[in-house]
Amino acid sequence: MFNYIVRRLLYSVPILIGVIALTFTLDNVMMTPDAKASRVLGPKASGTARVEWIHNRGLDRPIPVQFVRYVKDLVTFNFGTTWVTGRELREVFLEGIGPSLFITVPGFFAALLASLGLALFQVFVRSSPLDRLLTLGSVALMSVPTMVYVIFAQAVLALNLRYFPAYGFAYEPGMIRFLALPVVIFILINVGYDARLYRAIFLEEVGHDYVRTAHAKGVGSSRVLAVHVFKNGLIALITLVVAHLPKLVLGSLLIESLFGIPGLGSVLVQAIQTGDQPVVMVSVFLGSVLYLLSLIVTDICYALADPRIRLS
Amino acid sequence: MESLARFWGHWLTQDLLGLGAIALVFVLLWRGARNERWRRAVQRMKGDRVGLIALFVVLIYLVCGALELLRIPGGPAGAQSILDLITAGIPAEKSYSAPMADELLGSVRHEKLNGRHLLGTDVLGKDVLVQTLKACRTALVIGGLTSAIYVPLGALLGILAGYFRRRVDDVVQYLYSTLASIPEVLLLVAILMVLGKGLGSMSIALGVTGWVTLCRLIRGETMRQSERPYVAAARALGQTHWKIITRHLLPNVMHLVLISFVLGFSGIVLAEAILSYLGVGAPVGTASWGAMIDSGRTELARDPLVWWNISAATGALFILVLSLNVLGDSLRRAFDPKHA
Repeated sequence: MFNYIVRRLLYSVPILIGVIALTFTLDNVMMTPDAKASRVLGPKASGTARVEWIHNRGLDRPIPVQFVRYVKDLVTFNFGTTWVTGRELREVFLEGIGPSLFITVPGFFAALLASLGLALFQVFVRSSPLDRLLTLGSVALMSVPTMVYVIFAQAVLALNLRYFPAYGFAYEPGMIRFLALPVVIFILINVGYDARLYRAIFLEEVGHDYVRTAHAKGVGSSRVLAVHVFKNGLIALITLVVAHLPKLVLGSLLIESLFGIPGLGSVLVQAIQTGDQPVVMVSVFLGSVLYLLSLIVTDICYALADPRIRLS
Repeated sequence: MESLARFWGHWLTQDLLGLGAIALVFVLLWRGARNERWRRAVQRMKGDRVGLIALFVVLIYLVCGALELLRIPGGPAGAQSILDLITAGIPAEKSYSAPMADELLGSVRHEKLNGRHLLGTDVLGKDVLVQTLKACRTALVIGGLTSAIYVPLGALLGILAGYFRRRVDDVVQYLYSTLASIPEVLLLVAILMVLGKGLGSMSIALGVTGWVTLCRLIRGETMRQSERPYVAAARALGQTHWKIITRHLLPNVMHLVLISFVLGFSGIVLAEAILSYLGVGAPVGTASWGAMIDSGRTELARDPLVWWNISAATGALFILVLSLNVLGDSLRRAFDPKHA
């Protein structure tokens, strides 16, 4: 097991280098140091100030030297500062994780339960008009852009009916009133897509021989689904579920920024709107690190869930 | 250089390019449909009423987009779209007016309108229905350009990786695992920040991120097909790699390309709206559903409230994406009735 994890970590290194090379190309090759300097210092900055800024950052050195430094900085989590506010990026990210997790973790588990339930129910009533209707409903849920849910929920439930505050966040006992709407919307935007996927997986399982055996033994059809099919389907589900991990940490861009939740999603949207490039590039790096980690977690979960799979 | 820019910017060039692209898609579909598998799928599609309705709706959007895309001489700017010509009779107002209202919204002096508007008018007094139809062009252009980038790239790399395996497969797998390891929105935003706003850079960004799924799919199917006796027979007959790929493998994976193209188009339309909303998408002044939804946020908070602008954009976007998804699903069922 330990050997396996070490080897998987080593396999991830080339991919991580590829990702860093990509962000480096976007960051330093596609954009001249001068253009960067005037973006950070403002168009009115004098020529000497710009030259000094470029020199201090080491942006006047050869590209390979810059790349080595870039890699070293990222790998040691030394991200530097933002362009606009000048704050340490590491601090900005650490601050943002908390609020993001408050939205995504409850939302994720609720959406998981809802979509699993929906998928199992659809398999139970498979190829009936109800099943087709529910599938169409899932597709419909997927076809609405996130911001529309948020905008309408804010306008109707928050501003007109005043059930919830439209905006804001605070660490306090009554924070659930801030979280309720964002979490519900997080569930809505995920449930359609997930339920469709899970339904396909369970439907595939239903065709297997062990299902017929269970029926022949006299097991009721709801028990066959809830116990036999569900257990076997779980193994295929693990990948899909663990693949959500990076999204959970990075938060939801639109939900957070529209509800004024100071998580990583808001940080990113703000960076996008002010042109704060380092924030975006570092999130690309962190996102890919999280994704690679989640792949390893997936494999370990596979081995735990299915005794036939050995990690070696 | 300048004359080249003028050449590309000329309405006739752009018309011909647009028509050429649409014609190319139809020629490809026509050629593909001669295949046995495709003929059977067409037969099955004929019995799928929901799928046919979805196809019909998508075609209506295509026609709307084409009407706004194709330009003819005339109008104040020297060239105007056919849609401009058709809607030239609809008068402009001063500002907001409700659907079918006969006076300006919230005007104290009950100012009369120049005409009635089915879906009202927006802040600049433009007819919302016309703006909604015009935004079809943005969706069509983005979807078309993006597909023109990612479909050939994904299909080609997928086939090469699946057919040659070994080194080629290693390189392709490395490329797509690297791209797939980055959350999609972040990669899109990172590319767009560097390239700048615009329909072209948005298509490049969406194309760079979009080919991964298609490539994986095609690679797997090509591997499966390469094991089949017909490929071994072609090889035994001494056919070149090129012939085997283009004559034997490509026609047998083309249906996957079609399904991904349709489903991918819906993803692109949604992504366009979201990116435009985030401020890295369509440039200001382009009629786009994302931009209309964005303006809806303030309009829903004002008094008297303006709901028709955002509702029209959302409705148009929703119906298109829903139809594309339904059409993609029914295509998948038609091509592969066992797994549906």
